[in-house]
Amino acid sequence: MKGHTAHAARLGLERGLREFRHTLLSADQTFNLFVMVAFVVVLVLQRDSTVEGTALSLAAVTMPSSLGMIVAFNGLVGPAGQLAVNREDGTLLRAKAVPGGVVGYLVGRITQVSLDALISATCVLVSGLIVVSGLLGGTNWPLLAAVFVAGLLATMPWGAVVGSLTRSPQGAMGLTMLPMMGLTAISGIFYPIYGMPQWVQGVAQVFPVYWVGLGTRSAMLPDEAAAAEIGGSWRHLETFGVLGVWALLGFLLAPTILRRMARRESGADMEQRRQAALQRGSV
Amino acid sequence: MVIEVRDLRMRYGTVDVLRGVDFTARRGEVVALLGPNGAGKTTTIEILEGFRAPSAGHVRVLGVEPVHGDEAWRARLGVVLQSWRDHGRWKVRELLHHLGRYYQPYGTPERSRPMDTDELIKTVGLAEHADKKIARLSGGQRRRLDVAIGIVGKPDLLFLDEPTAGFDPHARRDFHDLVHRLADLEGMTILLTTHDLAEAEKLADRILVLAGGRIIADGSPDQLGRQVAGQSEVRWTSGGQRHVHPTEDATRFVRELLAGDDGVTELEVRRSTLEDTYMALVQRFESGQGEEVAAL
Repeated sequence: MKGHTAHAARLGLERGLREFRHTLLSADQTFNLFVMVAFVVVLVLQRDSTVEGTALSLAAVTMPSSLGMIVAFNGLVGPAGQLAVNREDGTLLRAKAVPGGVVGYLVGRITQVSLDALISATCVLVSGLIVVSGLLGGTNWPLLAAVFVAGLLATMPWGAVVGSLTRSPQGAMGLTMLPMMGLTAISGIFYPIYGMPQWVQGVAQVFPVYWVGLGTRSAMLPDEAAAAEIGGSWRHLETFGVLGVWALLGFLLAPTILRRMARRESGADMEQRRQAALQRGSV
Repeated sequence: MVIEVRDLRMRYGTVDVLRGVDFTARRGEVVALLGPNGAGKTTTIEILEGFRAPSAGHVRVLGVEPVHGDEAWRARLGVVLQSWRDHGRWKVRELLHHLGRYYQPYGTPERSRPMDTDELIKTVGLAEHADKKIARLSGGQRRRLDVAIGIVGKPDLLFLDEPTAGFDPHARRDFHDLVHRLADLEGMTILLTTHDLAEAEKLADRILVLAGGRIIADGSPDQLGRQVAGQSEVRWTSGGQRHVHPTEDATRFVRELLAGDDGVTELEVRRSTLEDTYMALVQRFESGQGEEVAAL
C-alpha cells in the first residue's frame, strides 16, 4: 500500500509540473507582468529616498521585502483560489474517483503553488535588478532559499483551509486577498515598519508577512542594514520561530479540514455550485 | 452480486429522498435506473460510488460497503458524473494518459490496468481530437472523454449518471453504440441513470424505475411491458364509422368482434408501448402518493 501512495505522489509531482507548464503559456502570466511593471514604478519612485540610519536607498530595501511578500502572497492566495475553483469545476471530485487521486492532487497543488511562487519571485527579482543593481553580490542564497521555503510552509496550509471552507472562488479570493493587502500595508514591505504606531507593529509581528519580508531582507541586504529593523537585529531565531509556529499549526489543522471537505464533495454539491456560478455569469 | 442494495434510505434534513430502495446487479449486466427528475437517481448512484454516506440500509458494491471502500476497491470502479468541466487546459491524450497511470499498481495478471491510451481514444471516437485542449471540445466530445476516463482503469463496474443529457440525436446514437461495445468488453457491469425511457430501453438488460424514493418496477424492458399488459387498443371501421376500444385481452376481443360483424375493415391492434407502461407506473405511484397525503 505504501508503494501505491508513493506512486500516486510521483504522479502528483508530474501533475504539478504539467499544470505549471500550462500556466506558463496562459493569461495567468499577465498578472506577473502587471506586478513587474508596478514594481519597477515603485522602485523608481523610491530610488532617491534613503532609509533612516543607513546609507541604503528605500528601493534597495523594498526589493527584498517585496520578494518576501510575494512568497507569502502566493502561499496563501494560490491554494485558496485553486482549491475553490477545483471544487467547483470537478477536478477534486475527479481526483476522488481515481485510486490515489487525492494524494496526487494535493502533491500536484503543492508543486504548482511552489513553482508559481518561484516564478513570481523571479519576476520581482529580475525587474528589481533593473533599478536596484548591486544587491545580488551580497545575497546569501541558502538563507534566501530557506526563507522562501519557510514562508511557503507557513502560508500554504492556511490557504488550503480557506479554500476548503469557502463556498465560491470569489469568497476564497476575498478572504485571502483582503487580509493579505492589509498585512502587506502594515508589515514594512513598501515602507519601513518603524513608521507605524507601536500597536500596529505588534499586530504585524504576529503574522507571517512581516517575518518573511524580514527574512528576505536579511538574506539580501548588507549587515549594517539591520540597524533599521526592530531591535536593530535580523532576528533569525524569531523569524524561523514564528514562521515555524504558523506552519506547524497549519499542518496540524489543514489535513482534518481538507479531509472533511473532500469527503463531503459530491456531484450534487458541485452541480449546485455550478448553477450558482452560472447565475453569477462567471461560466 | 456486483451491487447489492437493501432498504437503502437517505434523508436530507426532514426530506426523505430514498425510502427503502432494494435492488441487485449481476456481473456483466447493464442496468438502467430510470425515473422522473428529482426521484433520487443521482443520490442513489453517489451512495454506490462512495461519495455520499446513506442514512440507513445495507449497501455492498463489489462486496464492500462504499463509504469504507479503499483505493484498491476504488480502482475497480469507473465513475462518470453529470457535470464535469475540469482540466480545461490539459490535452485529451495528456489527461487520459496521466489519469490512467493511477490504476497501474492495481493491475492483476487477469486484468492488466490501465487501458492503452491511444486505443481508448479511438474507441470513444476522439482520435482526431487527441491533441486538442479539453476546453475546446464540444459537449458531446467532452462527454465521450468523461466516459474514456471512467473506463481507462478497466473497471469491473461503471457508473454513468445521465450520460447523454444535452446530446443531439446523432451524438446520442454514437454514444449508445459505445455503451454496447463497453458492455461486451470483459464483462463490465454498467449502472446508468436516465430520465429518457427510450434510452433505457435501448441500452439496458434491466430497467429499475425509481419514483418517490422507491423502486416501483424492476425487470427487462419486455417484462415491464407485460406488467401493465392488457392496456391494448383495438381500432376498426364498421359501417363507415371509426371505433376505438381499450381491452385487457385483445385477441379474444378481436375474435368476437370479427365473428359478430362482417363489415369490419381497417382493423388495428396497438399494444401498449413501454412508454405507456412507464407513464402508467409513475402516474399510478404519484396518485397513490396523493392519496397518502390526502389521508393525513
